Amino acid sequence: MAQVINSTLVLLVLSGFTLLGSSRLAACIRAVAFQGMLLGLLAICLQGANVTMTGLLLAVTTAAVKSVLLPWLLLRAMREAEAVREVEPLISFNVSIIAGAAVLILSLWLGQRLQLPSQPPSSLLVPAALFTCLTGMIVIVSRRKALTQVMGYLALENGVYTFGAAVALRLPVLVELGILLDVFVGVFVMGIAIFHISREFDHIDTDKLVALTDHLS
Amino acid sequence: MILLLLILPAGAGIIAFFLASDRLRRSLLVLTASAHFALSLLTWFFQPAPSMAGWLAEDALGKLVETLTSVLFFAVSFYAVAYLREEQREAHSDFEEGFIFSNAREASFTGCLLLFLAAMTLVAVSQQLALLWVAVEATTLASAPLIYFHRHHRSLEATWKYLLICSVGIALALLGVFFLAVAATNPDGSTTSMVVRDLSQNARHLNVPWVKAAFILLLVGYGTKMGLAPFHTWLPDAHSEAPSVASALLSGALLNCAFLGILRTQEICVAGGLAPFTDQLLLIFGLLSMAVAAVFILGQTDYKRMLAYSSVEHMGILAVGVGLGGAAVFGSALHMINHSLTKAMLFLVAGNILAVYRTKSTEGVAGVLAVLPFSGALWLLGFFAITGSPPFGIFLSEFAILKGALDQGQTLVAIIYLSLVAIILAAMAGPALAMAQGNPREPITPPVRSIALRTAPAMLAVGVLLFGVYIPPALTRVLREAAHLLN
Repeated sequence: MAQVINSTLVLLVLSGFTLLGSSRLAACIRAVAFQGMLLGLLAICLQGANVTMTGLLLAVTTAAVKSVLLPWLLLRAMREAEAVREVEPLISFNVSIIAGAAVLILSLWLGQRLQLPSQPPSSLLVPAALFTCLTGMIVIVSRRKALTQVMGYLALENGVYTFGAAVALRLPVLVELGILLDVFVGVFVMGIAIFHISREFDHIDTDKLVALTDHLS
Repeated sequence: MILLLLILPAGAGIIAFFLASDRLRRSLLVLTASAHFALSLLTWFFQPAPSMAGWLAEDALGKLVETLTSVLFFAVSFYAVAYLREEQREAHSDFEEGFIFSNAREASFTGCLLLFLAAMTLVAVSQQLALLWVAVEATTLASAPLIYFHRHHRSLEATWKYLLICSVGIALALLGVFFLAVAATNPDGSTTSMVVRDLSQNARHLNVPWVKAAFILLLVGYGTKMGLAPFHTWLPDAHSEAPSVASALLSGALLNCAFLGILRTQEICVAGGLAPFTDQLLLIFGLLSMAVAAVFILGQTDYKRMLAYSSVEHMGILAVGVGLGGAAVFGSALHMINHSLTKAMLFLVAGNILAVYRTKSTEGVAGVLAVLPFSGALWLLGFFAITGSPPFGIFLSEFAILKGALDQGQTLVAIIYLSLVAIILAAMAGPALAMAQGNPREPITPPVRSIALRTAPAMLAVGVLLFGVYIPPALTRVLREAAHLLN
């Protein structure tokens, strides 16, 4: 089981790099979708022998929402916005990848420093969670397209979720579902906003959203 | 009773989406707001029983925020009905750039307003930290469509910034909640429930480094939503582009709800003896917010943005008050009430000014007192109240916080605090007074508008005047209890 968990975590980190380094929007959406699937797998593996029916159902629902429903929403937003299907970053892909490597080292270091009260099933868990959060942040601040920023938000959310799984957090089912619903509705509303942005501006580049500033006399 | 407070606006909100008749839907809005208001008042006489295993309960802090939200929503609902009736026509021309735009569907706007009320009520009564998080994120989602009521590029930009910045901030807050859960895990693997009271009782046994990290994440996360600098960047855009109905609720009610998220964490940290650490952070971010607000109010040419930055200032004052601890916490709790009432009133009045003058520029508006005597008088009253002049409530609460600082020998904090309040008073006085006095550039004949557009801010003005001279004993008791939770 430990082997499965470790390989899942390595794949999670690799999908983070894919997100940072891909130039095509569809590839980025696939990377985020893949992360969603890994999260479901991780949640099931971490429950180990004492897996319950509700735990299983929750993991499957989470995976379904994050790897099927949300990517589908994003793909639809991409098609409707008729976006140029390139990512158009503010910094080059090389710099993004290097930033990713730096963040990975930082996460590994932080993972060693933050001592969990009880031994986690894998020493990679906390670093992988932090790395996923931080890649999400990099994507949000370094990408021009509204759509890519939503993917960054999703990656951030995936990282937070991984951390929750890492510390074997037993949240009540109702709250888990509430969190999932919030993320879903959030991405849904952002998708609508992207549609309006593309209609209003004929593109979805957020660096054109600069009308609102302070005019001080 | 608590469940009813939640189900009522949530149910009405869902119904509002599907009601085709405008008249019916508007009555539903006012009826729900009134019923919610009545129920909130009842909770002051009959303490509601906790429900869902203590997850939903109304303590002193929750009661303050909940009642305040309900009062504001009650007043705003009347304004909203009159406003929506005026906005009914198909096409609108933009005040600033002259293009033609349409509005969002009125049904969605009303529905989102009611769902927004439900989400804010849930924030106020949630005792479980993860549930609180769910509720705060729900407020973002319910209020984003309110900002995008006027369908044009500026409001869209504001909505996008609001959605993205707040969602990212709140995602960090979720990480903070998880960190707190780690802190509550004992070495043998057993955990404390995430209910605030249980955590406070066990606070001494929590893992200190994780609690500290959790507090930082929660402060940044909910602080983004509350408008603490330097995470406030969405706030002036959203407040200036949203219709005044939404601005009033965002500033008067939503910011308090976000603050409540920080206060719940503070409650746990104080019980765990971590107050020196958290107080310092609150003081730094509080003073920084006041300073940033002062910089952007100086020379501000847009009066709705000026009010928005004033909200950043007052959120800073709230944080400073709680950070000082002791008697200043009582001042902070009182300040929350005074600021909400005054700011919501000012935004509603600003909406009236905007509708007649058709510009948000301070230089384009003059002679409000002559053209709109009633709104002009309220504007002046609001200006004096918000800048902390006696005899209004904000003077009392700001003074209580200052006194708290001096009593504790925090002279430096007191000096910075006082000078920033003075700078903001001076910076707002110029444009705010110039708008009220004199004569309009070109003669304006004010259109005949519904009386509700004046009575709604007037209702809030009564509160502003009242709390300056008299605080009911029941309120003092609840304020004391709230302050006790944080000391």
